Amino acid sequence: MLAQLAAEFPGWYPEWNIPYWLMSILRVVGGLVAVLLPAGGIVYIFLFKMMSFMQSRLGPMEAGPYGSMQLLAEVGKWMQKEDLAPDNADVRIYKMAPLIVLLSTFLLVVVVPFGPQAYFTNFETGIFYALAVASISVLGILIAGWSSANKYSLLGGLRAGGQLIAYELPMVLATLGVVIQAGSMNLNRIVEVQNTGEIFGIGLIGNPFVITQFIGFLIFMIAVQAELTQSPFDMPIAESELVSGYMTEYSGFRFLIFFIAEFATAGVFGFIASVLFLGGWGVPFTWFGWEGISDVAWWMNFVGPLIMFTKMFALVGVIMWVRFSYPRFREDQLQTFAWKVLIPLALANTAATAILKVVF
Amino acid sequence: MPKVPGLLKGLGVTAGILGKTLKNGADTVQYPHEKEAPPVRARGVIALHEDNCTACMLCSRSCPDWCIYIEGHKQLAPPRRAGGKPRQVNHIDRFDIDYALCMYCGICVEVCPFDALFWSPEYEYSEPKIADLLHDKAKLGEWMETVPEAPELEVGAGK
Repeated sequence: MLAQLAAEFPGWYPEWNIPYWLMSILRVVGGLVAVLLPAGGIVYIFLFKMMSFMQSRLGPMEAGPYGSMQLLAEVGKWMQKEDLAPDNADVRIYKMAPLIVLLSTFLLVVVVPFGPQAYFTNFETGIFYALAVASISVLGILIAGWSSANKYSLLGGLRAGGQLIAYELPMVLATLGVVIQAGSMNLNRIVEVQNTGEIFGIGLIGNPFVITQFIGFLIFMIAVQAELTQSPFDMPIAESELVSGYMTEYSGFRFLIFFIAEFATAGVFGFIASVLFLGGWGVPFTWFGWEGISDVAWWMNFVGPLIMFTKMFALVGVIMWVRFSYPRFREDQLQTFAWKVLIPLALANTAATAILKVVF
Repeated sequence: MPKVPGLLKGLGVTAGILGKTLKNGADTVQYPHEKEAPPVRARGVIALHEDNCTACMLCSRSCPDWCIYIEGHKQLAPPRRAGGKPRQVNHIDRFDIDYALCMYCGICVEVCPFDALFWSPEYEYSEPKIADLLHDKAKLGEWMETVPEAPELEVGAGK
């Protein structure tokens, strides 16, 4: 059937007449899949299984084959719990906070391209939008910390605020190198540049920016680790000092939303990192003789998401691996590392990239 | 050779254990499905060899939890040699250990002068009702079957 379709629609764009309402449904379903599937997959594969194996344990084994239904059991348990709010809490915004954090995740996934046409929106300044929207979650966390009327929540929220803002800077600066090299802020264009690029005249694997922007890639991944408040950067929810940081007072459904947002954001940052540094949804275009993005075969819209998910899981696997291996930073070490090491390094990287861009 | 940085070494440790677990399986024993074999000298449950017991009450009195209940009476046994006097022996009517109280210190086993109490490594005897944890002498006698053979004495050890 696919061959028939390909014969019927030559060229790069199948002229399917998808009505607007169907397109909207597809987008909503696609958005949910792109957010919830990574979240569930990351929690099961890495949090349940990989972490257990790294400690010579088995992880959940009873719910479903190899514990694969454990997530449903957990979600069911959280849904049953009472929706509690402390007496002194600012109830209205207290209840809103987890939704704001999750909203930021959904807004982020909007710009991620999964194929030549498989995207939700194709902003001209997509990466700018992504970095701007990523900081909305800080608001949700600060709100949660403040409105809980709990000293641990407040301290956790303040720590999270300080940390997320500190590590946003190296992230932005690391992205800058990619933007300079690609000459565009459009994510699809960045993918195209990487897959049509050449390294010293050899275009066999294109030019994934992880090679030319390796320092930027390292800085970006470290900053992402901190943005996700994963260990060793998990000061905001340091359980031995702050109970559970800004999440202390949350229970049931709202805690579940925080939890989903944490791992869904990990997945979305994995997507963005693979777009920026690993060539995104594309394969090197020379393999199939494509000149540019407009030549890419229409079936890349179906293969692209698979490639993206593979790359995303590989990157998140590294994030989780680091998370399970290192102990937590002290608060001052954490800030020092951002301001005295990462940001100068990222600035130097940006300057070097700019100079080399002009020279070559 | 330059020293491997500690950060990379740490990642190597976790990855190494991950690989080992994937290859050889985890250290976990999945208890209800497979049973863990406790060591021979594990303190699982105390067994009673009733014929050796003389109701001397040493175990009961030395028990820190007072979880051993003994009742007995004196009775006459046939003489050892023909023409002798009938012997007077203590016979136990009741010998209960309340495992809801027992803290597995093993003092009763240590203190028994007649080798009537033994450790058994058996550990599966939980009950839905706490009162059922009181094991009477019949049940304590059944545990005798699970008591492992005493290990050989070392060479030169006095009997």
